[in-house]
Amino acid sequence: MKYAMLIYESPQAFESRVNGDNDPYVGAWRAYYKAVVDAGVYFGGDPLRLPETATTVRQKDGQRHIQDGPYANTKEQLAGFMILELPSLDAALNWAARCPATAVGAVEVRPLAPEEKQRITGEPTEP
Amino acid sequence: MNPQNPEHAHQTIESVARESYGRLIAFLSARTRDVAGAEDALGEALITALTSWPRDGIPQNPEAWLLTAARRRLIDRARHERVHAESAPTLEIIAEERPDGTTPDPIPDERLKLLFVCAHPAIDPDVHTPLMLQTVLGLDGAAIARAFLVSPTAMGQRLVRAKMKIRHAGIAFEVPELHELPQRLEAVLNAIYAAYGSGWEDAAGTDPRARGLADEAIWLARVLKDLLPDDPEVRGLLALMLHCEARRFARRGKDGEFIPLSDQDPELWITPMIAEAERELVAAARMARAGRFQIEAAIQSVHAERAHSGHTDWNAIAVFYEQLVHLSPALGARVGRAAAVAEVKGPESAFGLLDELDHDAVSTYQPYWAVRAHLLRELHRDREAADAFDRAIGLAEDDAVRRFLLERRGR
Repeated sequence: MKYAMLIYESPQAFESRVNGDNDPYVGAWRAYYKAVVDAGVYFGGDPLRLPETATTVRQKDGQRHIQDGPYANTKEQLAGFMILELPSLDAALNWAARCPATAVGAVEVRPLAPEEKQRITGEPTEP
Repeated sequence: MNPQNPEHAHQTIESVARESYGRLIAFLSARTRDVAGAEDALGEALITALTSWPRDGIPQNPEAWLLTAARRRLIDRARHERVHAESAPTLEIIAEERPDGTTPDPIPDERLKLLFVCAHPAIDPDVHTPLMLQTVLGLDGAAIARAFLVSPTAMGQRLVRAKMKIRHAGIAFEVPELHELPQRLEAVLNAIYAAYGSGWEDAAGTDPRARGLADEAIWLARVLKDLLPDDPEVRGLLALMLHCEARRFARRGKDGEFIPLSDQDPELWITPMIAEAERELVAAARMARAGRFQIEAAIQSVHAERAHSGHTDWNAIAVFYEQLVHLSPALGARVGRAAAVAEVKGPESAFGLLDELDHDAVSTYQPYWAVRAHLLRELHRDREAADAFDRAIGLAEDDAVRRFLLERRGR
């Protein structure tokens, strides 16, 4: 099964991005990424730019509503995502627990929904 | 298979259902992760059995018969739903039936895995116990809802949601690895104990449904003991529940009045249950790994000793409470320790222990106020005692306890 690891970070963790390559948080991420790839479970993913760069779009009564800022106005914000291919939720939780973001924010683990994708794309998906 | 009288067939179905239900659900869902689907399939198989067994006779191996029938239902449904990608693995895994249509003999017991799934940290803790009662014991949702004082609809929704999560989130049907076993097992033990507790509220045993739940909890603990014979806490929990259960008939007077443990007539205690509890506790102690449930059982064991010695060794009880508080400083343990210390060193030293407790936490904790009232009474601080009694009475959920406290307060 494929699981999305939705990475949520505190403002402090986001700040580490300006610290350059020697920041310990970035170092921890480098090691984590390597571990995930070496284990052969990495499928994809990317970090996102700061929450301030987010723009939220809604349509209401035929009108386009554009709002500056992220969808949810919470302290911890979506900072990136990874897709991992794993046999069970338990394995996904183990990988989530190792993620450096769990110390400074949270990781939400969500299974992908291949049957929904199939409904949308019309193409058969692997289970 | 010879036709039999329908009465006998029905009884057989009932006893097979009880003995095999959890085993079959566990076996099927361990392969598909679809607990709800397994329940539906087994439910249909049981209904088929109700018509075919009285007519054709009871099959030689009723459990295997039910498994084959349930499995065919699952295969039919998976074929029907094949458009969905996720039913493909179900089809493959379930189809591992032998060419002659028989099932592996004996059917592997996957109930331990199912117990760990029910008490999985990814499942809402409030649903752990109801989920176990339903999937492992086959209790119906309405009965579980009554025991947990929620509406059948609300309980039904919670259970459905939990089963959806098990299936769609892909919770593994496996026994946790050694390093996480103690923590995961604790959740299983807590869920079983909660089932016992919800039965125990009705201490008078007047409510057959609640009485049943206490029995189910003990049954679950016995199953768990067979599955994990080398775990001392499993035996500790079983011993604890057996000790409490042994006092069922002593806990109420003939008019339904509450009788505190120290006033109970040991003649009314159920001796074989106490003996079984003691055997489990001794076996657990040999494994030399202390734990919360073993210590709580040991405290009950000291109380049980009064049947032989005629007195209660409060010193021993105080020592065990000290260990218990050290190991898991829950409110109940700390209030229990204060009560034990009061018996050993007098009410004044116990008072200090009560005053240490978090004010907010105790404000709605009934046993705290009952113990406090008792200590104040001993110290002849009558006005404060009356206030504490009022708090204890106001927080009591059991009418017999309420009447008991009202009477004590009255003097």
